[in-house]
Amino acid sequence: MSKELIRLSKCSMAFDGEYVLKDIDLYFKDKEFLTLLGPSGCGKTTTLRIIGGFLKPISGDVYFDGVRINDVPPHKRAVNTIFQKYALFPHLNVFENIAFGLKLQRQNGKKISKTEISERVLEMLDIVSLKGFEKRDVTLLSGGQQQRVAIARALVNRPKVLLLDEPLGALDMRLRKDMQNELKRIQQATGITFIYVTHDQEEALAMSDTIVVMENGEIQQIGTPEDIYNEPKNAFVADFIGESNILDGIMHQDGVVEIFGRKFSCLDGGFAKLEPVDVVIRPEDIDIVDSSAGMLRGTVTSITFRGVLYDIIVDFHGFKWLIQTTELYPVGADIGINIDPDGIHIMKKSSFSGMFGDYSSFSDEYENISDAEFEFEPMEDVERTEDRG
Amino acid sequence: MNKKPGFFGRFYMSIILFFLYAPIFVLIVFSFNSTRSRTVWTGFSLEWYRRLFSDGTILDAFYTTLIVAVLASVIATFIGTVAAVGFFNMRSRWRTPLTQINNIPMMNADIVTGVSLSLLFVSLGTMLSFRLGFGTLLLAHVTFCIPYVVLAIMPKLRQIDRNLVDAACDLGCTWMQAFRKVIIPEIRPGIINGLIIAFTLSIDDFVISYFTAGGNIMTLPMQIFAMTRRRVSPEINALSTILFMSVLILLIIINVRDIKQEEKLRQRTSV
Repeated sequence: MSKELIRLSKCSMAFDGEYVLKDIDLYFKDKEFLTLLGPSGCGKTTTLRIIGGFLKPISGDVYFDGVRINDVPPHKRAVNTIFQKYALFPHLNVFENIAFGLKLQRQNGKKISKTEISERVLEMLDIVSLKGFEKRDVTLLSGGQQQRVAIARALVNRPKVLLLDEPLGALDMRLRKDMQNELKRIQQATGITFIYVTHDQEEALAMSDTIVVMENGEIQQIGTPEDIYNEPKNAFVADFIGESNILDGIMHQDGVVEIFGRKFSCLDGGFAKLEPVDVVIRPEDIDIVDSSAGMLRGTVTSITFRGVLYDIIVDFHGFKWLIQTTELYPVGADIGINIDPDGIHIMKKSSFSGMFGDYSSFSDEYENISDAEFEFEPMEDVERTEDRG
Repeated sequence: MNKKPGFFGRFYMSIILFFLYAPIFVLIVFSFNSTRSRTVWTGFSLEWYRRLFSDGTILDAFYTTLIVAVLASVIATFIGTVAAVGFFNMRSRWRTPLTQINNIPMMNADIVTGVSLSLLFVSLGTMLSFRLGFGTLLLAHVTFCIPYVVLAIMPKLRQIDRNLVDAACDLGCTWMQAFRKVIIPEIRPGIINGLIIAFTLSIDDFVISYFTAGGNIMTLPMQIFAMTRRRVSPEINALSTILFMSVLILLIIINVRDIKQEEKLRQRTSV
């Protein structure tokens, strides 16, 4: 277990009296890849900007290596940021952009020598696979290349922590996948702590050591990608990470839960007798069998081909489930389903109960909306940004 | 959309251009006339230009104009740049009304600006015992130039990605360093345009100078005005021609720069 590097202690933030962060307690370990994951306006970018020093929390403390840094300005923090749209300096070329931070640094009052700056910049260009691009105009590079310059510009300063604010948001699908691997590789090669902000759950699952799921300015769950996916803490997390059917259940005893009046065995326990609970069943954990042999019986109402799998929507007693299957069942077919005990996950009721998990309104369009790339984080200068466009 | 103008369109355009530029054209032509006549062309000569440059009062006026224009445009550009960045960093609740207030002096009649500045300087002068002269003339020019400089710089500031300043601070800049290393280079075209506009306006101005210069010094436009009252001399034609040409050249420079910048911007966004 590596040591703790940054700690947010009871941090709150509000803009114009509206709270966007509520008493956040969070610590970041050295050398880890941590992702702040959540939908637009959940407070993730605000958290990042507090760590970067661009915002001061209205209450609570920020510690870096045990030292309180609330009042330390951004240019004095051992933290570098990669901004949403890279924010490269258009009047400087690739080399000058990357050298920008080094030229400002003083070691014992002395500037870094020209030869060392040049060596370190060229070494970074190599790391981000942009050898020979030194003299290029940054405004004429492609999105992916600009992204690499931004990474090099931040990493060349050898920060202890790199903050990344949705850095892949502006790239297309393919490039995004490439850059995910690239970022992961760079993180492992340099051993720098990455704090990554995204609303893309797949990206978070693929890259992170730790995921922090946020909503409404509060932390919903902290855990490894596997934890978050397999053991979501509440209906919000279950719904936000991956697809899930979230049902009302009643806990009869440890290992026995009642859904739709039928008892299922499960692996969870520790609930009161007859406690109402939320039950999560992932679409891939449901086995389709003959309608006579199933624990529940339902009717297929829609089919979507996804490549490897079909997404089918099945109506059980008026509640629509999403099931993923490799076999095709026609619309209108009666099917039965079985669920293994390890496919059933029980969660305590929360304020999110009943808000998610029903696929009655399922459509591709809805999927696209939920993956929208727009980010309207409340920021200090939100009104300025608006009247700029 | 790019329809070629028909006969009527071209005719209309020619008439407009004719009325706009014919007087100036006549003035330029007759500044090279060899006799005093302002109606009959008698031959080419540079006589009036020669006389112009040997006339002490005119040369004095020329130097005054030049020095005032250089100083006023540089000072106004400095103040205007700082003011524009200040406006830009304000919340829009304040910025919008303040930019409007900045625009009012440009709409205001020169004579009103001139008279009011003159009243201010005279009353301040009696209190602090100074008189109208070079100082007040310079102050007046700086004053009326500032709004134009702000206006030239604001659009450039609006184009800046706000993250750039954050990025500079993130990489180790104090706010002042970020201002110098990032904001200034980004808005430099606007600053230079502002400088040229201020310079042009300062050279050009008659009304405000007339009220604020006092009795002892004169700018070129004031000199021309005085000459027309004393005697009608073709030297005025020559002087006006020089004035017109220098303003024209500056305007061409501004426009060429604008076109070049737009091209560069288009090139960037198309990538």
